Amino acid sequence: MSEVEKIPFEQAELLRFITAGSVDDGKSTLIGRLLHDSKSIFEDQLNAITHTTRKRGLAGVDLSLLTDGLQAEREQGITIDVAYRYFATPRRKFIIADTPGHEQYTRNMVTGASTANLAIILIDARKGVLTQSRRHAYLASLVGIPHLVVAVNKMDLVDYSQSVFNAICSDFSTFAERLNVHHIDFIPMSALLGDMVVERGDKLNWYKGATLIDLLENISISHDVNQEDFRFPVQWVCRPQTKELHDFRGYMGRIESGSVRSGDAVTVLPSGLNSRIREIILYEGNINEADAPQSITLTIEDHLDISRGDMLVKTGDLPQVISGFDAMLCWLSEQPLDPARKYLIKHTTRMVKAMIGRIDYRVDVNTMKHESVEQLKMNDIAHVGIKVQQPLVCDDYLRNRATGCFIVIDESSNNTVAAGMISIPKS
Amino acid sequence: MSNRPFTHLDALESESIHIMREVAAECANPVLLFSGGKDSIVLLRLAEKAFRPGRFPFPLMHIDTEHNFPEVIAFRDRRVEELGERLIVRSLEDSIKKGRIVLRSESQSRNPFQSVTLLDAIAEFSFDACIGGARRDEEKARAKERIFSFRDEFGQWDPKNQRPELWDLYNTRTHPGENIRVFPISNWTELDVWEYIAREKLEVPEIYFAHEREVIRREAGLLPVSHLVQPKPGEQAERMVVRFRTVGDMSCTCPVASTAATVEDIIAETAMTRITERGATRMDDQTSEASMELRKKEGYF
Repeated sequence: MSEVEKIPFEQAELLRFITAGSVDDGKSTLIGRLLHDSKSIFEDQLNAITHTTRKRGLAGVDLSLLTDGLQAEREQGITIDVAYRYFATPRRKFIIADTPGHEQYTRNMVTGASTANLAIILIDARKGVLTQSRRHAYLASLVGIPHLVVAVNKMDLVDYSQSVFNAICSDFSTFAERLNVHHIDFIPMSALLGDMVVERGDKLNWYKGATLIDLLENISISHDVNQEDFRFPVQWVCRPQTKELHDFRGYMGRIESGSVRSGDAVTVLPSGLNSRIREIILYEGNINEADAPQSITLTIEDHLDISRGDMLVKTGDLPQVISGFDAMLCWLSEQPLDPARKYLIKHTTRMVKAMIGRIDYRVDVNTMKHESVEQLKMNDIAHVGIKVQQPLVCDDYLRNRATGCFIVIDESSNNTVAAGMISIPKS
Repeated sequence: MSNRPFTHLDALESESIHIMREVAAECANPVLLFSGGKDSIVLLRLAEKAFRPGRFPFPLMHIDTEHNFPEVIAFRDRRVEELGERLIVRSLEDSIKKGRIVLRSESQSRNPFQSVTLLDAIAEFSFDACIGGARRDEEKARAKERIFSFRDEFGQWDPKNQRPELWDLYNTRTHPGENIRVFPISNWTELDVWEYIAREKLEVPEIYFAHEREVIRREAGLLPVSHLVQPKPGEQAERMVVRFRTVGDMSCTCPVASTAATVEDIIAETAMTRITERGATRMDDQTSEASMELRKKEGYF
């Protein structure tokens, strides 16, 4: 208790992560363990799941029930969708995107991964690197998650063997060379018994690396957002038109990447007009410099026609302004892609009409092999060619997640039917 | 790079401001639901940060059960006046008079009926988006709800048929008659809310702080004595030092024993507490394990 009181929460950073693995890998147990050992489970929640465990005729407390959400799911014993969990330690606040591990895995994992800084890939030490581990790693790299943690779980069932662990690390590393992954950590653990999750335990003394919680608390995330290229999509134009602020025009939005200083030369896209930053305004007052991902208000020196959907960037560091591009697409809808139809694309703060006229290949997420297909169905991942009616102001997704991502909306049903990542060849 | 560290509160705040601006820009006729409770107090500060020096691009609305604590209503009106924004109040009493709500007794909890008045008000003003202060840490049905949560013409939430929500690209499109509930502080916890109230020095109704009050012990909790709640035979009213963790219908909102007199005390207490906010304070959520899910399917917030 006294330890909790000392927490300087107001200094904590935020880290978002996703856990990939099936129930058999001990995913729910691992999440339960993190919540339990970081004291984030409340008594009434614990009572409720103890009660449910007993009602099902089982003994003890099934920690996996904590991540069970809705009545519909409890009745059917399945998990429908992405659920979000929250816990905190003295150093950081964490948001876990918890995705179920069954058939619709691709759709759910891509959704959960889209905002994550880090992915934990669970591997059962007895089974080694399986097809699904490769699939999880591929999807994490596709969505551009900067950090991968391979949790080799159930070490208690292989006598905490160092050679088993080393073999899995080497297998995984060989495979991961084909992926776009910058940083992988490997941790041997037993989520069930708590070894190397929050506590080190005394069975894995040959392992000198960090525990999972140490790693989550200390991994550097300040470079996860592109810090070089200033990108400011305009969300809202503020024109109070009051007596005092008669000519005020504030451009409101969030800095998606990079930073900006007052006086900086900026270009407005797609128009290409130039100006300079006059003020950077926060509710609290004006500041001289702001960086991603701050939400701010900008004023500029010149009277230009700027509206929602335009982007302010630094003159001399321009993104692409394009009406046709290639992309990796993850199809999310039960209704298959119709290459003859028009869809809507939402990209930054722009909404444009689009045709997805060309399917180059589909990726088999288990083998990463390319296959030629005529149609895209739910959970398919494919390389496609897209044409848009008005140009997009964008960057290659792997260089800049925020200006490289888009969603596809079906105009008649209004559903979100696909998620896309723009691919721009290096010139 | 500026020198100040970008903390979790900064990250949550920026995300919420971004969400508010998306609603304003993409929805034709949004409204912000303001009850005078701590979560909606945070929403108002976020709206100030999102839109000042301009006015809010939406009105505020309170669905009044008329079972509210008088301190909260007084606070609500004072806060709205300070902001100089427009407040719409729609009352359950109106829906009862129209015969849209039939109560079994005068003292019955009115929380479940808020959805009727809310849906009536949505129809009256043709609102296409309602911004609310719900959080995912509150309850397990909420943990699975999207930030932009879509409702059909009957105001129903279908948990199995939610739109995927990727990156921070929100799909705000609706057909006529349909409606979106938007939760800008989805990713905040109860503790985050109190830390933000401390950081921003926000005023909250005094019933959040420890005070002496007449209460009755009933089932596992405490109930405040009022014209709606009187001791039953065998029950004894007693005076205790308590505070409220949530503010809602007086007939079912339970205070907790506490001596927390300042926001800092509340933060220390919240960091150490071992019972969830709704578990401790809402009798209506304890009726069944799926109470919230069922009410949400009926159009409850």
